[in-house]
Amino acid sequence: MTVLSDTLAQARAEGRAALVGYLPAGFPTLQGGIDAFKAMIDGGVDVIEVGLPYSDPMLDGPTIQDAVDIALRAGVTPRDVLRTVEAVAATGTPTLVMTYYNPIDHIGAGRFAADLAAAGGAGVILPDLPPEESGDWLAAADPLGLDSVFLVAPSSNDERIALTTSVCRGFVYAASLMGVTGVRGAVSGAARGLVARARAATDLPVCVGLGVSTAEQAEEVAGYADGVIVGSAFVRRLLDAASPADGAADVRTLAAELAAGVRRGAAARAGSAH
Amino acid sequence: MTDVTVPAPAAAAQAGRFGPYGGRYVPEALMATLDQVTEAYAAAQADPEFRAELSRLLRDYTGRPSALTEATRFAEHAGGARVLLKREDLNHTGSHKINNVLGQALLTRRMGKKRVIAETGAGQHGVATATAAALMGLECVVYMGEEDTRRQALNVARMRLLGAEVVPVRTGSRTLKDAINEAFRDWVTNVDSTHYLFGTVAGPAPFPQMVRDFHRVIGDEARAQVLERTGRLPHAVCACVGGGSNAIGIFTAFLDDADVALYGYEAAGDGVETGRHAATLTGGSPGILHGSRSYLLQDEWGQTIESHSISAGLDYPGIGPEHAWLHDSGRATYEPVTDREAMEAFRLLCRTEGIIPAIESAHALAGALRVGQVLGPEGVLLVNLSGRGDKDVDTAARWFGVVSDEDIVEAAEATVEAPPQESSGEGW
Repeated sequence: MTVLSDTLAQARAEGRAALVGYLPAGFPTLQGGIDAFKAMIDGGVDVIEVGLPYSDPMLDGPTIQDAVDIALRAGVTPRDVLRTVEAVAATGTPTLVMTYYNPIDHIGAGRFAADLAAAGGAGVILPDLPPEESGDWLAAADPLGLDSVFLVAPSSNDERIALTTSVCRGFVYAASLMGVTGVRGAVSGAARGLVARARAATDLPVCVGLGVSTAEQAEEVAGYADGVIVGSAFVRRLLDAASPADGAADVRTLAAELAAGVRRGAAARAGSAH
Repeated sequence: MTDVTVPAPAAAAQAGRFGPYGGRYVPEALMATLDQVTEAYAAAQADPEFRAELSRLLRDYTGRPSALTEATRFAEHAGGARVLLKREDLNHTGSHKINNVLGQALLTRRMGKKRVIAETGAGQHGVATATAAALMGLECVVYMGEEDTRRQALNVARMRLLGAEVVPVRTGSRTLKDAINEAFRDWVTNVDSTHYLFGTVAGPAPFPQMVRDFHRVIGDEARAQVLERTGRLPHAVCACVGGGSNAIGIFTAFLDDADVALYGYEAAGDGVETGRHAATLTGGSPGILHGSRSYLLQDEWGQTIESHSISAGLDYPGIGPEHAWLHDSGRATYEPVTDREAMEAFRLLCRTEGIIPAIESAHALAGALRVGQVLGPEGVLLVNLSGRGDKDVDTAARWFGVVSDEDIVEAAEATVEAPPQESSGEGW
């Protein structure tokens, strides 16, 4: 078992979904980002995703693009991402890096995996690496005990879901909708069916992300998924804050609201099961 | 811990390869639609009706076959070699881009989609897409870097006149690469209704193959025309390379002719040594950008480096995967051409042949001047004149100082102050 699997199993044992929180590294500043991750953990986030700021974030909407732009303009590099991972993982919270694949490809899968493992990272989420192309990465990551998370989407047929889940380690990331990252008024109706189809293909936990931003939405998703992934809403708090300290406080507040949401979702799940 | 399981590549991913390059590096949400496009394209290729309709459009609408013009006065500056220009500039909409656009627009209709989106740098692909969308009654949205909308304001106006929505992209470097990112974001959101009418031989499979196939008419025609005109194949074929669609279009017919040298000319901007360039094969390295593995301009961490070129159409930090493979295998040779060299060739063609080329195509002309010096009077050179220079008049006028900044400002103000006397009252 990995630290990530342990944490997800623990949440499952408590009869609730896990809460997964995302921010790009180096945003609003290197230290400000680390403080914000710690505030997330204080507020009740179970698993951390540290985004690697990349020049061409094809799957990200305007909110995360703005944050990534701030980090890149400040000169944040993958080295800073690993520093952030090291500081966050030291809290004992499983810490994943979410990254487009080219930086790993360019640095080298073996070197990146070794450095990530040395920093205490739990694994990676790879949104633009299809399972067909994952061989190099898995050969580097698996022996180090790093988890590798790939995405399934509402448009994935059962064959592709089987292929993708077969290369996932840790959990399966179910993209709730066809679109890019960002806050939305309601969680897509496609999410529940996708979780069910993923469950039919794997025993791994299935976590839902994209467009989940409020406690109500977290509660709803927690009613059927093993984890709830929130990104843009945290980024929004930091973008709108008057100071990094205010931002961290707002992030903690949101995390606490979302953590309460997933627990209410668990109650609903338990209620409907009996 | 689980065992290492390396999945066998799916047939579709392998089929989209050029040696180690190509493939599909896109979010899972797009995989299904890329499969759909691949299948629809294969079915269309096998359908005589589709081929007949495309042929008819290429003939009656585009004006194909495009002419082959011998540039005798220009050739005096190219070591006396015979220089034959493949006149893609004479196509409807002014460049080679229409070949691919008509093919994909027909395919869009076959797939039952009502909306096309496109990226554009110089505006030529955007204009061609807006044109085909108007012809076929499709909704059209074109993403264009804000920086390019300024450099190519005339083409923005053309697209809007044709009924397309032009969206200036204000993220990243605000040029072609960012327009492509934005188009992919639109596509993943609206994939049920929308086809991404991708404009070059890059991107995820099947685009590199499909766009190549739609452009190979350039080389197929030119090969026959050169044979007929000179009784032999050319010694060398010259084309400019940004993403690489016009170059692949003219190269493909000659790939099996081992004696025909293939030259691709990349935009070297201020010079490759300055770092301000778009010469991807000369100054870049293998990696992943916009859905495929190829060469790109990137820093030590794999972040894309912004490219620079006077030519908006070549100002792209990536290149199609087939070019990467032709480069590595040695079948084609890629060389950089600076802004200055390209503009000298631009001036020369204007003055010797009465043809104003696109600045993109002027890079190929500059390369032809080099190759001609080596080949000498016995040489036969085929140059892809991929586009016309109307869109570049402002840029060229400033470069050569043939008008002052005051003239340009006054002309712009005069235009603003003189609305049409008779207006239909209908807004565009």
